[in-house]
Amino acid sequence: MRVLQRHTEFLGSRGDNAVDKILTIIDKEWAEVFKNRVVLFTVLFMPLFFTALPLVVLYAMRVSPGNSDVMDLPPQFTRICGNLTGAACTQYFTVNQFMLLFMLMPLAIPVAISAYSIVGEKTTRCLEPLLATPITTIELIVGKGLAAAIPAIAATWAGFGIFALGAKFLVVNPGVFARILDPMWLMAVIIVGPLMAAAAVAMSIIVSSRVSDPRTAEQISMVVIVPLLGVFFGQMAGLFLLDTRFILVTAAVLALVDAGLVYLSVGLFQRETILTKWK
Amino acid sequence: MIRTHALTKRFPGPKAGTAVLAVDKLDLSVDEGQVFGFLGPNGAGKTTTVRMLTCLVGPTFGEAWVNDLQVGRDDTDIRRNVGILTETPGLYDRLSAEKNLRIFARLYEVKDVSGQVEKYLRMLGLWDRRDDLAGNFSKGMKQKLAICRALLHEPKVLFLDEPTSGLDPEAAKLVHDFIAERKSEGRTIFMCTHNLDEADRLCDVVGVMKQRLLVVDTPKNLRQRLYGRKVVFHVKQSGARLVEQIKALPFAREVQTVDNKIVVGLDNPEEQNPVIVRKLVEAGADVQFVGELRHSLEEVYLSLINESSPETHRVPGQSGG
Repeated sequence: MRVLQRHTEFLGSRGDNAVDKILTIIDKEWAEVFKNRVVLFTVLFMPLFFTALPLVVLYAMRVSPGNSDVMDLPPQFTRICGNLTGAACTQYFTVNQFMLLFMLMPLAIPVAISAYSIVGEKTTRCLEPLLATPITTIELIVGKGLAAAIPAIAATWAGFGIFALGAKFLVVNPGVFARILDPMWLMAVIIVGPLMAAAAVAMSIIVSSRVSDPRTAEQISMVVIVPLLGVFFGQMAGLFLLDTRFILVTAAVLALVDAGLVYLSVGLFQRETILTKWK
Repeated sequence: MIRTHALTKRFPGPKAGTAVLAVDKLDLSVDEGQVFGFLGPNGAGKTTTVRMLTCLVGPTFGEAWVNDLQVGRDDTDIRRNVGILTETPGLYDRLSAEKNLRIFARLYEVKDVSGQVEKYLRMLGLWDRRDDLAGNFSKGMKQKLAICRALLHEPKVLFLDEPTSGLDPEAAKLVHDFIAERKSEGRTIFMCTHNLDEADRLCDVVGVMKQRLLVVDTPKNLRQRLYGRKVVFHVKQSGARLVEQIKALPFAREVQTVDNKIVVGLDNPEEQNPVIVRKLVEAGADVQFVGELRHSLEEVYLSLINESSPETHRVPGQSGG
């Protein structure tokens, strides 16, 4: 509560200044961080790879369909295939697995950006002059958070768009293509993706308060990927199936987790702690 | 303009339950338009004091006001009204000099961003290098750029932490001239420095710190307090035979002779020098020169720091502020 009270100014009469400061931080972060080759590689290469990989696999399945049999698929999955043929159902199952890659992007990209923007700024001793300006902690965190989350969300949405376009021409069965654009995946990409990005940013800020090296911060923050890997392998093993209900529940849980993580990260991001304890 | 009352800062110690005392009951007052030199060895608490006064760290105990705004209550407003040059420039190396300043001008809510950025880049001779990356700048240029950044919003109070640290003499002189100009504009300047010559030349008042404030006064008064005023009389003959005559004078203290020089401690040289000169001439001495012996601030500083101990933190009768 104290944290919220301390930052109520953010919503007060200085709203214009607050927005301008947040935009300034975003401008600064992008100008600075995207000149870092490691970050640039992550932000550019990962979406390219994750978009191209499923398209290549789909193309390979189209030119060489093989002897796909729905009997090889998890039983729950064959149920949702409906009237799809065996090959189409296999193709849909493959697409379903790759769709999770688009969920990986909003987790991995913000971690790479925010780890460098927070720990990197501390190690280069740029944080003290920044903290000495009249920017509030919440403005700073929102600015840094958006600077890390926006590229991730944009890359995810753009990647998904390119994938959908490519899939239209590469997927054999029109029924499979229709399922790529069904509400479940649109919800996953459009709603769950940004929620995941928010969780990744908050996690990164929390981890940044305990480590001294941007790469260490990035590696530890990557723990946010573990639940997603659980979903990936769980679905492959037939333990559960991604459906609209699962995505809705995930979105609701993520919203709660985000609220908790953001509260915690704002609480941990204390100017004094940053200057005197962050080594 | 700057006031502190019993300002204290303790940091958690390396072991649980322990604390490290960084600043102890600091009482200080810096008037508007003054250049205040904050001297002290490494770890004396100078940077912590600056951080408290710029609301970067909170005091453990005590109160402070900057520009009539209270630390801990009006923190955002204080930050709006002060400029700070941190110990290291802390610039964004991958951004141009101009971009660095533009970012901070916007964060400091400067109305005419372009105008202010150009004004200070020109003033410190960096305008022609404005498109160069800050990371490619020399140490002196980085320091100048950081000074520009501290002044963009025309702060009334300027905190400078080691402004000439690591600069070559030419760059240091430029910074000194710049500080003198800001002083002439009526700004209050709070400067931490190890450069005692710099403090001597630029500061109206200096404070010597070692966790606690040991002393605050003008450099001239400090020298006088510790060493008194001494005058050197150069004579053509050996000074030894003249010493006794000078010692006989009631106001002469600590009369010493080195070769043909006689050093005399005096309370009021303006009145007492002519008497001594007359006495010397009467004794047959040929007086060549008369000059006041000036102790450097460095000698004063070292004397204070060496004298200070846990029991004698404060020179009697010389409490700060």
